[in-house]
Amino acid sequence: MAVKIALAGNPNCGKTTLFNDLTGSTQYVGNWPGVTVEKKEGRLKGHHDVIIEDLPGIYSLSPYSMEEVVSRNYLVNEKPDVILNIIDGTNIERNLYLTTQLIEIGLPMVIAINMMDLVVKNGDVINITKLSQELGCRIIEISALKGQSTMEAAQLCLEAAKEGRQVEPPHVFTGSVEHAIAHIEESIQDKVDPLNLRWYAVKVFERDEKAMGPLHLDRVTKKHIDDHIKDCEKEMDDEAESIITNQRYDYIQALTARCVKKKRSMHEMTTSDKIDRIVTNRILALPIFALIMWAVYFFSVTTLGSYLTDWTNDVLFGTWITNGATAGLTALGASDAVISLLVDGIIGGVGTVLGFVPQMILLFFCLSILEDSGYMVRVAFIMDRIFRRFGLSGKSFIPMLVGTGCGVPAIMASRTIENEKDRRMTIMLSTFLPCGAKMEIVAMMTMVLFPGSMFVAPAMYFVGLGIVVFSGIALKKTKYFSGDPAPFVMELPAYHLPTIKGILTHVWERAKAFIIKAGTIIFAMCIVMWFLMHFGPSGFLADDIDRSFLRYIGEVFAWLFKPLGLGFWQGAVASISAEVAKEQATATLGMLAHATSDSNAAVAAAINTMFGGSKLVGMSFLLFNIFDAPCMVAIATAFREQGTRKWGWITMGYQMMIGYCLAMCTYQIGMLVSEGVFNGATAAAIVLVILAIYFIFRPNPYSEKRMARKASMARA
Amino acid sequence: MLTLRDIPVGKSGTVLKIHGSGALRRRIMDMGITKGTSIYVRKVAPLGDPVEVTVRGYELSIRKQEAEILEMKEN
Repeated sequence: MAVKIALAGNPNCGKTTLFNDLTGSTQYVGNWPGVTVEKKEGRLKGHHDVIIEDLPGIYSLSPYSMEEVVSRNYLVNEKPDVILNIIDGTNIERNLYLTTQLIEIGLPMVIAINMMDLVVKNGDVINITKLSQELGCRIIEISALKGQSTMEAAQLCLEAAKEGRQVEPPHVFTGSVEHAIAHIEESIQDKVDPLNLRWYAVKVFERDEKAMGPLHLDRVTKKHIDDHIKDCEKEMDDEAESIITNQRYDYIQALTARCVKKKRSMHEMTTSDKIDRIVTNRILALPIFALIMWAVYFFSVTTLGSYLTDWTNDVLFGTWITNGATAGLTALGASDAVISLLVDGIIGGVGTVLGFVPQMILLFFCLSILEDSGYMVRVAFIMDRIFRRFGLSGKSFIPMLVGTGCGVPAIMASRTIENEKDRRMTIMLSTFLPCGAKMEIVAMMTMVLFPGSMFVAPAMYFVGLGIVVFSGIALKKTKYFSGDPAPFVMELPAYHLPTIKGILTHVWERAKAFIIKAGTIIFAMCIVMWFLMHFGPSGFLADDIDRSFLRYIGEVFAWLFKPLGLGFWQGAVASISAEVAKEQATATLGMLAHATSDSNAAVAAAINTMFGGSKLVGMSFLLFNIFDAPCMVAIATAFREQGTRKWGWITMGYQMMIGYCLAMCTYQIGMLVSEGVFNGATAAAIVLVILAIYFIFRPNPYSEKRMARKASMARA
Repeated sequence: MLTLRDIPVGKSGTVLKIHGSGALRRRIMDMGITKGTSIYVRKVAPLGDPVEVTVRGYELSIRKQEAEILEMKEN
């Protein structure tokens, strides 16, 4: 029969390393149903019938974070055969806190004390036998990084699973608290699985509504229990939830005093402390930070990254594969339409997408080093001050920075943000900073509008930054995003040297997800776009976009672009093709404008003529295409990372709205100022500007104070 | 009332009482800051906020505003 082992432990305790070591390459990564918390599963090496479920890294089993709720629901409802609790031996007190909660669930449990090599190096001694007796679990010392005793830990789990739970759980609570919990156990024992009795009793004591739901306690029982809890609270002068936490830590303190001998005094400096003293030093922190970010960016986005992307796009897909395929298909006697579909549509389209892969791999390689070494949390620590002002946290910095290179890895980098609201907002906003491909539109439109100007590109970055700040402030006042900022009580783990294996696993996991997307959805969209561009009512067209279906679609949608001054089919078509790939817009514009030659000057002149020589139309086109939703690859990534369709649409809708409104206001108000044109659209634009200002300055309708006042008024 | 915010860098204090409620309070306690715990203030971030403290032998970052819910006694 298959055995299920659930891997549980604090963040940074080496859980992922152990999981990788135990499962090798049999991992399956998905999401927990209904939420965007990553779910990882694998099979134990050499044991095909042993499944290892990797729970999210958590500090507690409280009802306040999604990771914790997902974990406890899994443990209580799905009942894996055994829990493998990993503990960081260098930080044993806080790690045991989760252990005391896991034990209460009642499942067989094995504790693996990790980082034993470091514990030994520090000169600390842990009395495993004693600790094991006191906690009533098997305990094994391991080093996941070095692969020491990891298989033995799994073996212990299998034995524990076979035996089932036999030992009495440790007595964590004392005095009247234990008394009250025993009472609760009595009142609910016929309502729950006897295995989980202690777990439910403690949760009832904590008044944890989420956990109590399935008990359906009647009013009388509730009242009876509540009296006991209130007595306890009165006696201890604290609320129930805190009483439990306090007693757990008191128990652990006494336990570690009996079982752990620390050599080093509390405030002695370790190597990690010494590194940290320099790296987050008041004066040096910012220069070092800037240098590291510049190095990451320089290495993965500009130099090597763009070289590899250009090579993949221009040489690998652009020349070798394209030419090879064309030659091969011609030799086989394929028709022009088939060649065009396969070469221009599929190879060209998917190739453009895959062109991002080398850049992404490099970027994730760098980011994984920062993450695994422990520097990433320091980045959040340093940048938090700035980002909190716009309702985000320091962790949003990396996605925003990466976004100036490419939106796709930027959205994927937001995975490291644990708080769901912060993560959703970061995904929505990180693509507003112009990416590399959008800079091609900027370059082309600069030539059309302000030839030789050096200021357009920086101005676009500032506008992007402005949108991020505006959105942060405005969205924070909406119902979903409002509320207290997520607590920024964050562990700063000790620095350690990342392993190549760990980093490569990270990079592969992320790249794989992206490549699969490119192979499916994007593949399908490429075929659709190709068809619309190359077919018209008269059948297959080689390169005559003027007679294609796309033109008619452009005609149909042109009215939508009218308020932007782009009410002609070419404007609509160029914008639609920009959604395929932003750099595509310039090529399409060139094609639509019927430039006489391929030289940039000729293309710019032709575009200028197409826009009727109006700088405002050009500006509007530029702003719309830079600040609307990103290309379809990034949109697809956002849908994936947001986890639900609803949030995917909200993200895209918001981005479209911002781009549209910005372009419309610029065009309409520009027309009013320069030509004195005033019509309905002008009025709408002015209203929009006023609305935007209102959204910045309006008091937060969902702030706690106002909610409280409303509630009190309703009562009166 | 003296809070963690008022403890200068390089000094430590003991928690007397934890104010506030809900997620923040629980999170702070889950991380090991309970009544009677000693907290050592290590440093302030380069931009002045948050602060880094040592508690139960490990490093924790906490915003100054959040630190205000911790009533302290200087050691």
